Amino acid sequence: MEKIVEVKNLELSFHTFAGEVKAIQGVNFEVYKGETLAIVGESGSGKSVTTKSIMRLLPKSSTEYKNGEILFGGKDLLKISEKEMQKVRGKDISMIFQDPMTSLNPTMTIGNQIMEPLLKHQKLSKTDARKKSIELLTLVGMPKPEMRMKQYPHQFSGGQRQRIVIAVALACNPKLLIADEPTTALDVTIQAQILELMKDLQKKIDTSIIFITHDLGVVANVADRVAVMYGGRIVEVGTVDEVFYNPQHPYTWGLLSSMPSLDATEEKLYAIPGTPPDLLDPPKGDAFALRSEYAMKIDMEQVPPLFKVSETHYAATWLLHPDAPQVDPPVAVIERMKRFPGSRYYEGNAGGVR
Amino acid sequence: MAKYITKRVIYMFLSLFLIASFTFVLMKLLPGSPLASAAKLSIEEREVVYEKYGLNDPIPVQYARYMGNLAKGDFGVSFQYKNADVTTLIVKKLKYSAILGAQALIFGTLIGIILGMIAALKQNTVWDYGSTIIAILGISIPSFVFAVLLQYVFSVWLGWLPVGLWEGWKSSILPSIALAMGPIAIAARFIRTEMIEVLSSDYILLAKAKGANWFEIAFKHAFRNALIPLITVLGPVAAGLLTGSLVVEQIFAIPGIGEQFVKSISSNDFAVIMGTTMFFSVFLIVIILIVDILYGVIDPRIRLSGGSK
Repeated sequence: MEKIVEVKNLELSFHTFAGEVKAIQGVNFEVYKGETLAIVGESGSGKSVTTKSIMRLLPKSSTEYKNGEILFGGKDLLKISEKEMQKVRGKDISMIFQDPMTSLNPTMTIGNQIMEPLLKHQKLSKTDARKKSIELLTLVGMPKPEMRMKQYPHQFSGGQRQRIVIAVALACNPKLLIADEPTTALDVTIQAQILELMKDLQKKIDTSIIFITHDLGVVANVADRVAVMYGGRIVEVGTVDEVFYNPQHPYTWGLLSSMPSLDATEEKLYAIPGTPPDLLDPPKGDAFALRSEYAMKIDMEQVPPLFKVSETHYAATWLLHPDAPQVDPPVAVIERMKRFPGSRYYEGNAGGVR
Repeated sequence: MAKYITKRVIYMFLSLFLIASFTFVLMKLLPGSPLASAAKLSIEEREVVYEKYGLNDPIPVQYARYMGNLAKGDFGVSFQYKNADVTTLIVKKLKYSAILGAQALIFGTLIGIILGMIAALKQNTVWDYGSTIIAILGISIPSFVFAVLLQYVFSVWLGWLPVGLWEGWKSSILPSIALAMGPIAIAARFIRTEMIEVLSSDYILLAKAKGANWFEIAFKHAFRNALIPLITVLGPVAAGLLTGSLVVEQIFAIPGIGEQFVKSISSNDFAVIMGTTMFFSVFLIVIILIVDILYGVIDPRIRLSGGSK
């Protein structure tokens, strides 16, 4: 399959008054044509920073790219000039942000905001750009698009605004769409509509999506593959089925156990103990070790490499080392693994995947 | 919108009525009379003049007569300029003040906005500090110090421009620059603060993500959103400038309304003081109304009440 974007060994720090924050410490992943890669993780795990660095949208004054490359269309996006980058933004890669209430310009008609990338990148005439914008608004399910073009953002609801942001993002048929928690600020029914819309549009214009979220339910709904981030690193990556039904990293176990479920056997919802690591002074070894009941001595000393579970599934935990002891994951995770052919808890045709 | 403006105009007249009444009372409380300095007049002659202008009537009667005339647009006559009509006098003087004020306002706001934009776009660089220093100087150094400095450098030393008096447009340059220091400082500070805030907002990030360059981000996306607070403070500043500056006009010997106002107070020229106050009030109130309408033009979220869109 064709790789759309490939992030190689990305290392990045922020310089703050308190010191150097090692926000990203060696991240590798790739996105294939037409797929949706979900990046999950808690606040501060580096998911937004990783994707903003693809777009080079991080504040220049405080960000230092220490290492790595971001390959897109044969070019390293970290090396090209700002001018060249402006031609990539909005045309080849575009972005949807978390809060639709604040991501549209309050003093500009939405028509002008949708037309902007069309006029800039596709060099359309004003009449053509207007026509295309009306098409886009229709595409994202906005009723009466001609009338709506002349209105301002405050005349739209949150869900409608996110549809407009999506229309802006898709205006130039981007190869890659980065959605940074696009449904987090919306209520649940609107969330479902926006997710449906995105899935639908992805098929229509054949774009790849990086979907950032902390909502595992959303991941299961939209993603083809999942990357789990923790403390500035990717700790586990695999297809949705692999990560949901055959997770290997204790952090992924924790995440899945803390997901509310209707057939839960325990009364109390699990919560991962402790707090995320302080990236001003990142812990030695596996960043999750201090919160993990499965931590071994080596976890405190050395950062685990990504161990291969299958062709598509990798996890960074010493538990996968051939010399590691066999441990049992939490009950909720075992329940899941029972349904995954190839896991050691598989119980035949008891349920089947998903 | 029409309903809103009608309502505002009614309030405007109400405010003017109150201002006129209040000033009238204050004037009557002032010691002395317009003729106090006219030593040549005998007591009998004075009585004749007082009688002629109705100054011997009870104060409520004077008040009613004055307000009645005011409603007809008649401000009365000046005591210090031999029966000169106050309206004609003010309009003649106001011309000079308005030219100075308008020039100072336009020049000052433009320079201030440019300085503020540079400071915000190049935050925490030499450019930013330079612009901030100019703004602080503009606010803290009084305009008469600038006025004297400008006179010394450009008139006395270089001899490029006249020191004072009104000898055509050239005479307006130095006083206008002296008056512009205030608006420069105000505009620079407000635009800087507001631009920095706007530039860190989500929609600017989205504009960047659309591929906009710095110029489009600064002017197409950010500038309009940063204007509102500036418009608010510039309204009263504009009214103040257009109706003349007491000090700067005095220093440059410009025959403007500010100079006239000072003269009238010291000679107790009751009608001119009242007239000038009313002119100033009308200016201020009209400008505040314009500012309120401008809000809606700049920011579509600010809808003027009155039901219609």
